[in-house]
This record gives sequence, structure tokens and C-alpha cells, in this order.
Amino acid sequence: MTALYELSGLSADLPLPGDLLTALLPMRKPRLNVLQDITLTLRKGETFGLVGESGSGKTTLARVMLGLAPASMGERRFQGEPLSAPGAMARLRRGTAMMFQDPVASLSPRMRVGEAITEPFAIHREGLPDRRAMAIELLARVGLPPAIAARYPHELSGGQARRVCTARALALNPALVIADEPTAGLDVSIQGEILNLMSDLKDERGVGFLIISHNLSVIRHTAERIAILYLGRLVETGPTAEVFAQPFHPYTASLIASEPNPDPRRRRADLAIRGEIPSLLRRPKGCEFHTRCPLAAPQCRTLAPTLREVAPGRSLRCHLAGP
Amino acid sequence: MTEPLLQVRDLRVAYGPVQALRGASLNARAGEVVGIVGESGCGKSTLAAALIGLPAPGATVSGEVRIGGDDLLALPEPARRRLRGERVAMIFQDPMTAFNPVLTLGDQLIDFQHRLAEPRAAKRGRARAMLARVGLPDPDLALHRYVHELSGGMRQRAAIAAALLMRPPLLVADEPTTALDVTMEAQILHLLRELRGEHQGAIVIITHHLGVVGELCDRVYVMYAGEVVEEGTVEEIYHTPRHPYTRALIACDPAHVAQGQGHLPTIPGRVPDLAAPPAGCAFAARCPLASARCATPPPRHRFGPTQVAACYAVAP
Amino acid sequence: MSSVAEALPASRRSGALHRLMRDRMGAMGAVLVAAFVAMALFAPWLAPYDPLKLDVMHKLMPPSLAHWAGTDQLGRDTLSRLIWGARTALGVAVSSIGLAGAIGIALGLVAGYGPRWLDMALVLVLDSLSSLPMIMFALAVITVLGPGKGTLILVIVLVSIPGYARLIRAQTLTLKNADFVQAERTMGAGPGRILARHILPNVVGPLVIVLSMDVPVVIMLEAGLSYLNLGVKPPEPSWGNILYDGYTSLRSQPALVIAAGVPLVLSTIGFTFLGEGLRDALDPRLKVGPR
Repeated sequence: MTALYELSGLSADLPLPGDLLTALLPMRKPRLNVLQDITLTLRKGETFGLVGESGSGKTTLARVMLGLAPASMGERRFQGEPLSAPGAMARLRRGTAMMFQDPVASLSPRMRVGEAITEPFAIHREGLPDRRAMAIELLARVGLPPAIAARYPHELSGGQARRVCTARALALNPALVIADEPTAGLDVSIQGEILNLMSDLKDERGVGFLIISHNLSVIRHTAERIAILYLGRLVETGPTAEVFAQPFHPYTASLIASEPNPDPRRRRADLAIRGEIPSLLRRPKGCEFHTRCPLAAPQCRTLAPTLREVAPGRSLRCHLAGP
Repeated sequence: MTEPLLQVRDLRVAYGPVQALRGASLNARAGEVVGIVGESGCGKSTLAAALIGLPAPGATVSGEVRIGGDDLLALPEPARRRLRGERVAMIFQDPMTAFNPVLTLGDQLIDFQHRLAEPRAAKRGRARAMLARVGLPDPDLALHRYVHELSGGMRQRAAIAAALLMRPPLLVADEPTTALDVTMEAQILHLLRELRGEHQGAIVIITHHLGVVGELCDRVYVMYAGEVVEEGTVEEIYHTPRHPYTRALIACDPAHVAQGQGHLPTIPGRVPDLAAPPAGCAFAARCPLASARCATPPPRHRFGPTQVAACYAVAP
Repeated sequence: MSSVAEALPASRRSGALHRLMRDRMGAMGAVLVAAFVAMALFAPWLAPYDPLKLDVMHKLMPPSLAHWAGTDQLGRDTLSRLIWGARTALGVAVSSIGLAGAIGIALGLVAGYGPRWLDMALVLVLDSLSSLPMIMFALAVITVLGPGKGTLILVIVLVSIPGYARLIRAQTLTLKNADFVQAERTMGAGPGRILARHILPNVVGPLVIVLSMDVPVVIMLEAGLSYLNLGVKPPEPSWGNILYDGYTSLRSQPALVIAAGVPLVLSTIGFTFLGEGLRDALDPRLKVGPR
């Protein structure tokens, strides 16, 4: 097992919109602390699931990993090489790809599909003897007919647009593809098509996937390992099957219990979790989850727990819970 | 049995050549939560609009939507307007659309009661009580807030309060939890479940999410390509689905599939073009049980007192 | 799946053109504009006489078979002068608007996509420029540099840049954070490529509409300033000059002033209709940006 992407002690801030004066003057600008102390290792060729509700910082994490946003602390290593090394950013761009939540919006609106999916070759100045043939091959790889190459993004259906974005992401045979909500907006009967396609590509080409989603059932089916993010901190990581079978962190447990169950016989009578995810602007002191936690004790309000390994391959950030 | 509160008979809605609804019939009784489930393009949004008597401009509508005996579609607009709010209210996927962004929540909740001849203070008191009932913390403060100052979950609670304010016997909820996170979704579902006990009327939930149906509904109508293909109790639909589409839909739901690697089931093919819908069963092109007879409209087979499926292949 | 693909229009551009020509006003505008462009391009061949050739024996003639639009106070053929005047009018309008548009695009892209301090500096400059009263500014520049075509173009360019730059900047700012631009960044595309291939094609559409609707404004401005003897210097044919000549001879030969007014009115209508037609033809596809 080799490490594909390592994050250690990573934190990230976002600039808060200030007035014109603060932008021009060289004083300290107001910033919002989004990610804190993220330590995570993605392995080569594995599908990793990142779960979090809106406001948990999961999209920011993807942006930081791709070098679209800076980290304020900690280290990022792609294929063993720190991103601060000279030329590392270019190799990161070459070896990673992103699939956005809204596939149509992530395609240049005035560019035909054929051109859009071969764009990575042009960007990295990789000679293509026949761009059209490559476009057709990429489309075939994701199960789309050649005629799609002549279309514009707005002429695609939701499922087709997903496939086109998958084709573009795979164009340069990346080692890591980050997929943000890969099934958002898709009907249940189409969801499976996209997830199956991704798992086939992983098996055939050894692509590593980082799937970011708030949809637990999607993550449960695709990811080998998962991490749960709450207010910018990892609260639990581990193999998917184990975490779902026995969640340690109370937040993970309530997330799993909150998922609506289609079986009326297993209808829930109680409520697994109350309250709302606090705003990042008012990050609770101590453990971030104590405001909603059923187990919260006095120490949780003052002392922030650290992420510790509690079982082989499983880590947890909680004072009280554990195996 | 008493007269159903909501009776929809042979409802057809077309936008130009596109036949979005092709003869849907359904009903809902007082005290019942009815789910309408289907994928995009099945006509459920069109149905939702018709249920509150607001079909899209330019749509051709025929059939009946009876709420407490009055056919909403046959009434002139002023009478329809009176029925909306008094007899039927709606909760939308995006609660922002239900509110005016430049008025405070309190002003709007008072304004929604404009038909009542009561002093303003009484209306305000009712608004406050309703906000407290739906679980808004500090309802007095919430009355002074603008909608954009509330979080998504709180907005949806406020929208539910607005809908219930005039105690309409029929509540229509169009994808009420789709825009919410899992933990907020669970809380809104919980709230709706509590309210159904107090609310004497019927609740119609329109959704694509089988989980929402399983958690909330008593009876379900499964829609495909503008038609109701199967109806039954939630128990029947989930545990003994008859129509091949219902079966396929349940099989595809990742929450249903046992955990493990391997492929998720899908439904091959796609929804037929509703500008030229097939004469027979609309699902035939994608159906594993389809045969030549499916080119003519399928019979509606009855399975027990509550379950009906429109299919040749699944005769009881 | 593929049957739908074949049914779709092959090209969006031809789709827009098709929609433009189906719109009666737009089509009319396009035809009028095409006629004026042809007049300007082929003036030497179209004009029956030399526009500068004096013939005092036949001055201020009414329209006749020999002189379709009559002659002016120096006996020059009015039709020939109007045809050559189209060349002057369009030449000034197209070169000044084209130049202003190009500079506006460059400044707008840099301001919208570049660092924040540069954006603010550019906005400050543009705002100061557009706060100058246009006519006063024009008169001041003409006083300093002297009247003439070059001065005219310079003035128009300077007063038009801020509006164009601001339009491009606003759209660039929106598109900068659009998913497809972020997607290009994740693929490793540099700012040059992103601006040229992804942002520019999506922002020029609205600008082209504004530009085409500004052409008649500039034609009017040229005519107006030339009428005041502050624009194109006589004897060079310009619609403004012809209008001025017509005004001075209004009592003896009213045909002249009418003949000078007709192309002004028609070109204004043409470019305005074309602009509106373009806007309607392109608008449904302009909905880009973050959702």
C-alpha cells in the first residue's frame, strides 16, 4: 500500500469579504478558519469517501488538495512529494482531476464536448495526432456515442453530462480523481450507472477516487474507507463497513441514524440528532460537536479532543466514545 | 367510508405537445399522509401545481381536482384563490420562494391571515404560537427576522408554519427535504410526523426519495411518464411491489441494496418522449417482463383492497 | 440516445443567425446595415460622380435623372457625396468603436481576472474618465488638437472605453468563480488560456450587442460635430457636412437637407434593430456563470 496523497496537520482559512480599504491597506485581513488539523492519507487506487454536511468544509478541502486554495498550516504531499517543492504543483495538476457537483456548469458553455474533453492534452501540451479520434475514444470509455462530441454542454442530459465530465477527468490517466457529490441531481435509476462507471474505471485503470458527499448510501456503496468531517475537523475515519457497522463518534452515529429508511417497518420514532450545525463564524469552544452531542460532558466544552487511533485503521476525535 | 378530502380524477395536463400528466387519478382522506413518488419527468411537479390550482401558464388542463367537494379546476380564479390558503396550502422545496425577502417573517405571517377579521395582536399571537410549534427557537425574535437571516432548516420550519397557519385541511409538500442536509432532513421529517397527529387534514408528499416515503407516508402512488402505475399502502409498495417499475425503483435505491462491493442495479433506457408517448405501457421499452400485448394500454389489476398496479404481466 | 443527438442543431452560431433572420426587425436591421456597409466598401464604383468635382453651372439642382439626389451649392452630386459619406461615417464609427471595444475588453478582462489592487486602480481610472461630461470633454480635446477625423476618433474612443470595460469586468468577475473556470484551473490551465478560450468567448456576446447599438450614436455624433465644423473637415464628404450645406441652402433647395437626413435615419434604425435582434437571438444562451 503506497500513499497517494497525504495531508498532515492541514488547516485552511478563507478570506472574509472586507471593505475596499482593508483590501488596499497592508493590515491583517479578516479570515474565516474553515479546516483545522486535517491528517489523512489516501492510498493508491482506493476509493475514499469524505462525508460532511453543508458547512463542514468538504468542498474547501477538495480545493485545498487541488491547490486551488492555499493551506494556512500543515503539509500536503502528492505521491510522496510536498506541494511546496518546485514544479510539484504542475505535477499535481497533471496527476489529479476534479469532477464538479454541477457537471454542466463545469464545462465551458461555448465549447463542444469533443474539444472540452481533450482540453487537458492541449493544456499540458501533449501532442495528439488526432484530437477527434481521442475524443471519440474517451467518450467510448464512459459509454457515450461519438455523436456527443459535437454537442454543447447545455444540450446534454444530467447523466450524459456526468459521463462527459468523467471522460475529461480521465483523459490524462490521473492517479487521483476528486468527485464532489457525483450523484447530485441524478435520478435513482441513473445514480447507479455513474457509480458503476466509476468503480469500473477504478478497477481497470487503478484510479484513486476521493468521493465527497453528504449522501451516506452513496458513500457506503462506493468507498473502501471513509472520513467524517464536522465543522472543518475530521471526527472519525476508518474502513467503511466497520464504521457503518459500529460508528464510534456520536456524530457519525447520528448521521447514520438520520438517513431516512425506505422500509416502513424500520420507521424511526425518535430523533437521532437535534439542533443545527453551528456557523463557522461561531465555532464552539472545546469539542465542536458538544452543542449537539448526547454524551457531552463538562470537559468537552473546554478541551478539544485530538484525533487518535482507537482500533487498527480507525481513528476518532472524542473524549468519551470508543470501542 | 367518508368522502375523500382530495379527489383527483383523470387529470391531464399538457404543455403544448408535451403531455406531462396523462390521466392521473388519486385521492387522500383526512388524517392520511399520501406519498407521490417518481423520478424526474414523471409529472409529479405538474401534479403538485395542479393540486393547488396553479397550473403553469399556457398549460392545457382537463380532469377534476376536488378538495372537500369543490372542483378546483372548474372554479373561477377568485374562488380558487380563496380555496388556496383556506383549504389547501403548499410547502416548496426551496422555502425562500414562499416568502417575500423584504418583509419580516412576522409581517408575512400576519399578512397570510388577511381574511380573518381579527385584531392584529391576535394574528401575531397565532403566528408566534405556530412558529413555536414548528420548533423555531425564540419565536418572538423570529417574528422580527427576514427570511435570509434564517438557516435552511429554520426556513423550512417557517414555511411549514406559514402553510399551517390557516389550518387548511389539505397540505401539499413538494420535495420538502430535498434541499436539506441529512440531520436537518431527519428533523423536518420528525416535525411533519408530529404535525400529522395534530393536523386533522390530509398531507400529500411529493418526492423522489423513497426514504422520505418510508418514514412518513401511509399510502403511496408511484408515477411514471405522467401516469400512476401503482398505488398501495407504504407496506405493500415497499415489501410486495407489483409493477415492474416500482420493483426496479426500489432495487436501484442504494439504501435498499445490501452493502458490499459490486455493481448497483440500474434501469436501462430512458423515460419516453412525452411529446409522443407510447400508446400502451410507457415502461414497456425498459421493462424486463414486456411482451407484445404491452403495446396496448395495460389493465389496472387490483391486489387486495388497497393495492392497484397497471400492468399485464403481474395479474393477481 | 443518439437519435436525440442528430436532431439537435449542428451549430449554435448558425442557430443564432437563424433566429436573427427569423426576427423581422432584426432581419430588417441586418439588411440595412449590410446595405450601408456595401455603400461604404464600394463607394468608388457605386458613386456616379466624383464627390469633390465642382460644377457651378449646375448648382442646387433638384433631383433629376442625371443627379438622383440633386446637387449642392457647389454643383457637387449629392448622391455621390452621400455614398462617400457612408464611408466616412462607418469608417469613423467602426474604427473608434472597434478600438474602444478592443481596449475595453483588454482592460475589463485584466480588471476582472487580475489581482484585486489592479482591479481597484483600473476602476478608479475608468470611473474618473466616465465622470467627465462628454460634450465638454470632446470640445476641449478638439480645441487642443484641432478638428479632424483623427481627433474625432480619439474622443469617441476615450469616452466609450469605460462603459465597455465595466461591462466586460462585471461579467469576468462572475465567470471567474464559475465551475468551468475552476475546472480549467484544476487541469492546469494558465490565466492566458482561461481568459482567451473560456472567458472571452462568453463575454463578447453582450458587448457585440452594445457595440452595434452604439454605432448609430457615433454616426450621429460624427454628423453633429461635422455640422458644427468640429468633425470631418470639408470638402471631405460627411453626412454632417452635407446636412450643414443643406441647412444653409434650405430656402433655395430643400431637397439637399432631406437627402442628407435619410441615410442618418436609416443607418440609426438599421444598427439599432440589428443590435436588438442580436440581443434577442443570443440572449437565451447567455445564461452563464455560477449557479
